[in-house]
Amino acid sequence: MDSPRKPFDLVIALSALFVGLVFVAASLAPWIAPYALGGMEEKQMLQTPSVSHWLGTDGLGRDLLTRVLYGARVSLAVGLGTALISLLLGTSYGLVAGFKGGNWDHLMMRIVDIFYGLPDMLIFILLSLLFGRNIGGLLVALGLVSWVRFARIARGQVLQTKELLFVESARALGASRGRILLRHIMPNIVGPVIVTLTFSIPSAILAESTLSFIGIGINDPYSSWGTSWGTLAQDGYRAMRSYPHMIASPAAAIFLTILSFNTLGNGLRDVLDPKQK
Amino acid sequence: MVSLNLLSGTMLRLLLKRCLHGLLVLWVVATLTFLLLRIAPGGPFDSERKLPPEVIANLEAKYHLDEPVWQQYLRYMGGVVQGDLGPSYKYLDRGVTDIIAETLPTSIVLGGLAMLFAVLVAFPTGLFAAYFRNSFIDRCCMAIAALGISLPNFVLGALLIWAVALQLGWLQIGRWDDWSSVILPMITLGAAPTAFLASLLRSTLIETMSEDFVRTARAKGLKESMVIIKHALLHSLIPVLTVIGPLAAALLTGSFVVEYVFAIPGMGRFFITAVTDRDYPLIMGVTLVYTALLVCANLIVDLLYSLVDPRIRVE
Repeated sequence: MDSPRKPFDLVIALSALFVGLVFVAASLAPWIAPYALGGMEEKQMLQTPSVSHWLGTDGLGRDLLTRVLYGARVSLAVGLGTALISLLLGTSYGLVAGFKGGNWDHLMMRIVDIFYGLPDMLIFILLSLLFGRNIGGLLVALGLVSWVRFARIARGQVLQTKELLFVESARALGASRGRILLRHIMPNIVGPVIVTLTFSIPSAILAESTLSFIGIGINDPYSSWGTSWGTLAQDGYRAMRSYPHMIASPAAAIFLTILSFNTLGNGLRDVLDPKQK
Repeated sequence: MVSLNLLSGTMLRLLLKRCLHGLLVLWVVATLTFLLLRIAPGGPFDSERKLPPEVIANLEAKYHLDEPVWQQYLRYMGGVVQGDLGPSYKYLDRGVTDIIAETLPTSIVLGGLAMLFAVLVAFPTGLFAAYFRNSFIDRCCMAIAALGISLPNFVLGALLIWAVALQLGWLQIGRWDDWSSVILPMITLGAAPTAFLASLLRSTLIETMSEDFVRTARAKGLKESMVIIKHALLHSLIPVLTVIGPLAAALLTGSFVVEYVFAIPGMGRFFITAVTDRDYPLIMGVTLVYTALLVCANLIVDLLYSLVDPRIRVE
């Protein structure tokens, strides 16, 4: 169509590379990190980047590269976990609503509308009061908010596909409802759902790091999992006047991760779901 | 033609229906939040120092926490209807209504300016990019927009503070008293909506430009500027309006972060402190005010819709 060709696919390749790096950092953090997690050196406090500490150290003398590498675990776990929860919840909800149709559909979509109109961050915060400020609670809270996007997409696709001739012929041949749903409708909604999935990962990462930045995210400072990039950025923000290097690396990590996932999502959308531009 | 017969019978009925729907949403949110805060673990009077049971009993009696939940609910809802959002657990000298009345205007000024900024920057940019589509400038604009959508507002805020306030020394931070203290927070809050609106406007405009009615307008011999402004732009406003509601929601929640980053005494900052303090009535009050604001925003959008799209007025 008339939209410009994606400037260069180099951008998509670089994004894929960066996402790959985040995955490597998250899965191999204990082996590739230069220092032990939580290791403090009193004589190395607030060092600017150097050969021994590539990204510098923080106020307690902890190596920032180590902390950022471990932080990838939190971000990725939150991103993937939320995406998975909302995928299962939202897609099945949307499938049922679209497949049942009529009043059921109407009622179910009204509920979705109410959720959709409320600010995500407000719901996360309220739900985190209920589920506690740990990674499990955060996953549930984020999942409970982002499922609506999947529900909308899945329902829309079902409504479109349901009327197509091959579904009708399957029905005429006496296929059961379950079979129609699984064999004929599901394959047609996979593309848009994968695209939604790719976009829901960065928005969960954004939400988690934002909550951590304003100090109401995961509250577990000595977790063996690592500290959220948002918390690292908050530490850095407080010291920004004199030690700007402390905020630079976590902020760049958050930005580049979200940017890479979004770029990948756009690329995938062009391939899998060209109608939805 | 856009005519202003907004107050026709169908319009009034539509307006009434929307208002009722808004009230329903408010009631649902109020009830759910009330229940959620009642079952949330940990209480407002948990502190490091363990209070003697008599003191806790007295406190609970003072705030009516010893009554059954349905009675508390009725008491609270009764208060809300009269504009009384209850006492704050943390700020003993002020009620929740006072705190909100004091901080809400700040947040509204910030949010309104950010929205204005977004519209004023996004419209010319989107129009320009669509008109010169696929040119170098278009690609630059869209690349910046793509970056802007992915840039978390706390990162942008920190970056602006570091560059403009600390390195260049052009503006001071940590103040909220004159127009210059508004600039950086406004840009921070407005950046993501700007990027989003500009790219949306560009893509809908490009789509609209290839429609038949635009070709007809051109064929009639209209000036290109008239074709774009009167025919294409007006038509492209419809998808833009659909996102104004979610955008208002994004601005509201963005204001939590921006007020935190820039130490602005707005409602969002109080909300975050209330969450840390588990000041339940304040959390509840702010949630209600946010929901009410959103409901109003959506109502205005609905009205604008029918102004732009005559088909909606007829239905």
